[in-house]
Amino acid sequence: MSRLRSPWVLPISVFVALLLGLLPLPEFLRPLRPYWLALVVAYWVIEDPEHAGLGFAFALGLVADIAFGGLLGEQALRLTVMTFILQRFRSQLRFFPLSQQALAIGGLLLNDRVVSAVVHLALGEPQLPWTFWWAPALGMLLWAPLFLMLDALRLGRRKS
Amino acid sequence: MPSYAGPAASRPGDVAGTLRLLAYLAVSIALIVTDHRGHWLGQIRAQGEVLIQPLWWLAGLPGRIGDNVRDDAATRSRLAKENRVLRNALLISGARHARLQTAAEENERLRGLLGAAQRGRLDVQLAPILDIDLDPTRQRLVLDLGSRDGVGIGQSVIDAGGLLGQIIAVTPTTATVLLLTDPDHAVPVSVARSGVRLIAYGRGDRLELANVPLSSDVKVGDAVVTSGLGGRFPPGFPVGTIRELRPDDSRAFLLGALVPAAQLDRGRDVLLLRRVEMAPLTPPPAKAGGEEARLRGTASRADERPQAALEGRTGPEGASSRRQAVTPAGTSLNRSVSDPTAPLPNPPLQSQGREQQPRASEAHR
Repeated sequence: MSRLRSPWVLPISVFVALLLGLLPLPEFLRPLRPYWLALVVAYWVIEDPEHAGLGFAFALGLVADIAFGGLLGEQALRLTVMTFILQRFRSQLRFFPLSQQALAIGGLLLNDRVVSAVVHLALGEPQLPWTFWWAPALGMLLWAPLFLMLDALRLGRRKS
Repeated sequence: MPSYAGPAASRPGDVAGTLRLLAYLAVSIALIVTDHRGHWLGQIRAQGEVLIQPLWWLAGLPGRIGDNVRDDAATRSRLAKENRVLRNALLISGARHARLQTAAEENERLRGLLGAAQRGRLDVQLAPILDIDLDPTRQRLVLDLGSRDGVGIGQSVIDAGGLLGQIIAVTPTTATVLLLTDPDHAVPVSVARSGVRLIAYGRGDRLELANVPLSSDVKVGDAVVTSGLGGRFPPGFPVGTIRELRPDDSRAFLLGALVPAAQLDRGRDVLLLRRVEMAPLTPPPAKAGGEEARLRGTASRADERPQAALEGRTGPEGASSRRQAVTPAGTSLNRSVSDPTAPLPNPPLQSQGREQQPRASEAHR
């Protein structure tokens, strides 16, 4: 299960997640943009811990920081924290039904928001508007389809 | 964070993981602080951004498309309305265009017909084709004009190219045309170049010159026009072009294949040569002659079979129905067949000779 059957799925999923994060959105949709990168990283940390670990999350976070133009290291921090938590609870999470997994991911994304807010607070940066707190909910809803899609891509049709 | 990390930190692997986490966190925080405070990370960031540039471009691509879509969406309703209106307009103008096209084609045809009529300064009547009966054994047209419109049996039918046939039956509203190519049809013709007089017989789907003397001055490519002999058809109308000459079964005569000049299978309108048109062609004193010709026409119709039998001609015209009345069985015709070298007093191909031609043939007779 943890072996990559389609090795290209990981880089492509990460790349697409970066693209989706960069995608310009209309003003009213922007707060609702789910943290795609976190979702994808979560998937790989849960399903393929051999390839996706803390270093993977950290490096990806740095790339995302450069790509998104935020504070260098902020997303690296957020993703590292999230990955660490996921690794801790990986064995439980893997045997959760998809709905509970989604709830857990929603909690993680909320925590990610908190971390982001703390970082901003600590540095005296302006806080994001309150509407951005809806994004974790959307990410939670997107978890199940994303999970199933990546599974289908990664394992081919064998699983389905 | 410690609250999350807390619960299951009992195994040694977890300790290492926690240490790594702390290391990464430290690095991140250091990066954040340096990036926030100092500006010397700007260099690295700038270079990283150069590397990441394609990603931006790619991410912007759907955005640019989205911008266009949004721009379009702003005016979408207006465009949709406009589109609807234009679609309707297009449909209407498409239909109009098609109508114009047909009108233009019709105009072209009518002009052609008119040209044909004007060239001969003929009194003609335009007749729409109602029905076509093209079949190897029956080559008829039904016209949308009848005796109510002044159409009479025996009128010649022409189109832009030349002679098409003649009226053989008339009802109050329709008229039946026997085409040149009908097996029952024969028309006295002369070769335009040399004036040799012959008879062109319909052979179903083609025209044939039968009993062409071997010695006559007829060549492939010669144009063949009506000779006007027999009084049924006016002289000088193109009938066809000789496509091929070959000896017939008896080896004593030639058979000529004709390409009809008229477009037998085209068009939707034909021209009827008025019967009265024949009158101005013949001067008033010759009016009696004209009547005589008509009389002769009926006579020939009645006498045809005996005549044909007498002359020993074979072929469909021998078994011709009463209707056809075509073969102008007259001495002159027979002479033309038997005596091709007899000089024509007035070659029918000369346009200025057209008016004289009937009289000439009259005199000839």
